Amino acid sequence: MTTHASRSLVPPGRTRTVPPALHEFAYWLHRYRRTWRGTVVLNVANPLLFLTGIGAGLGSLVNHNNSAALGGLSYLAFLTPGLLAASAMQTAYIDSAHPVHQSVQAKGHYWAASATPMSPVDIYYGHLLFNVFKVTLSATAFTAVAAAFGAVDALRAPLVVAATLLVGAAFAAPSAAWAVTAKRQPTVLAVLRFGVMPMFMFSGTFFPLTQLPGWLQPVVQATPLWHGVELCRTAALGTGTAAGTALHVGYLTVLAVVGLLLGRRTYQRHLHS
Amino acid sequence: MTETTRQPQGTVPEQAAMIRARGLQKRYGAARGEGFTAVAGIDFEVRPGEAFGILGANGAGKSSTMRMIACTSPSTGGSLDVLGLDARTEGARIRARIGVVPQDDTVDVELTVRENLLIYGRYFGLPKAEIRRRATELLDFARLTDKADERVEALSGGMRRRLTIARALINEPEIVLLDEPTTGLDPQARHLLWERLFQLKDDGITLILTTHYMDEAEQLCDRLVVMDGGLIVTEGSPGGLIERYCTREVLELRFGPGEREAMTDKARGLVERIEELPDRILLYTDEGEATLAAAHARGVVPLTALTRRASLEDVFLTLTGRSLVD
Repeated sequence: MTTHASRSLVPPGRTRTVPPALHEFAYWLHRYRRTWRGTVVLNVANPLLFLTGIGAGLGSLVNHNNSAALGGLSYLAFLTPGLLAASAMQTAYIDSAHPVHQSVQAKGHYWAASATPMSPVDIYYGHLLFNVFKVTLSATAFTAVAAAFGAVDALRAPLVVAATLLVGAAFAAPSAAWAVTAKRQPTVLAVLRFGVMPMFMFSGTFFPLTQLPGWLQPVVQATPLWHGVELCRTAALGTGTAAGTALHVGYLTVLAVVGLLLGRRTYQRHLHS
Repeated sequence: MTETTRQPQGTVPEQAAMIRARGLQKRYGAARGEGFTAVAGIDFEVRPGEAFGILGANGAGKSSTMRMIACTSPSTGGSLDVLGLDARTEGARIRARIGVVPQDDTVDVELTVRENLLIYGRYFGLPKAEIRRRATELLDFARLTDKADERVEALSGGMRRRLTIARALINEPEIVLLDEPTTGLDPQARHLLWERLFQLKDDGITLILTTHYMDEAEQLCDRLVVMDGGLIVTEGSPGGLIERYCTREVLELRFGPGEREAMTDKARGLVERIEELPDRILLYTDEGEATLAAAHARGVVPLTALTRRASLEDVFLTLTGRSLVD
């Protein structure tokens, strides 16, 4: 083997044009190539099932009672954007927390990547990019199915996807930042059961906030998912106010940025300890 | 980027060392006040083309030292230069020029053998065509060409380790770090691996390895250090260390139950140093057979007697003690 012959091809320690984080993105994308067919089925089948079962089935019951709480909306039109936001949160958490935690176990992928010129921050950004990419895929599939059902206005669909994307980033960044520090797999599951799932149920996804006892409402309004649901819903229905939208976008952006800053620290500390 | 200048053979001036550590320290958890010192200030140098061993019991500080050299763990004191670059500030540039074979195989079991090489090469920013060319060469080097398109899941432990080594070579490194490269492998796999490592040495690549196996260190290392409690307790060539700390041969005598103490008393004075173990005694001597004859003459009757060449293991146990480190 020649050791030095082709060194001049690439300056050591430097990639030529591609930001290093994209190598990490490419790694996860390469792995995803093995399983993407399955996830596409899930991404299309899941919304179909939800929209038919809950939106149309349960919705016909709700609509019969002509609930004033929904503000004259059909249940399907009310539910769809909320479900989009909640699913984005779930995808973002599951795809971030679990693979990240796996990657820092003994024999984990991160140890291989961190022995290369990649910095821990490159690894974090690349993995995060992939997770946001997956949220985008499922949000796009979900919205397309919903638009075909007439549950979302086709013209508003791109705006809805963009709002969902922000929800995904706001959850993915802190989830990965935390998961890299998680010692045990059960902890990762516990956060899903006792943090993510309650938000899924109670953050205005399935019913309006006004249905909850008064003391609980401010609690729900403090959760990130409530802001995500409100943002997606007002985007889908065109009912957003400037102040409300600014608040929701601001909240979610701050969460994403704080997550990013935290992740830079936790990845650096754990991968190069 | 200037390359480390190659000096004429025989001289090892300051700038020619591949690795130079001065007062190198690693302390974990120092920020939280509950510190644990893994490496307590060590000095060593590794010369170009050398196979350099770091020996020590578990917890002696070997792996921490390796991780500092690999620039995946910042030192907390002293200085460390790798390839003439400061490990604290030039981590990415150093990592681009070294290969790392970690203790645990971190190859991706869901991907094929070849895919593992292709993807890893991308992390070094190498062009795809160049990675493909090198991957084919390295598969051949690691004797894995037949397995190129199989998933890593299906590979034996020895094959996985060879893949890990092939992967560490994808960037044509000047230094390869091997942390316990043959732990857990069967004898055939070990011998094949040793042969591959000799090949790397012949190609002029500097090897740094840690190992628990003294025969491995004797075979592979030109020079080694023995670490204990975060410090280097000795340094030298395997042969030189045996000469310094041991006699040429070791006579091992086993006795029947209850006889050991009496027999040991009889044997005392036969040689300068006798080591008493629970099941046998070791007599350090330059002429095993002659010592055995002398012992017989004194009425020392062992159940079994074995004369063997003194090994690095004797040196290691002499230096670091026989008590178990957990």
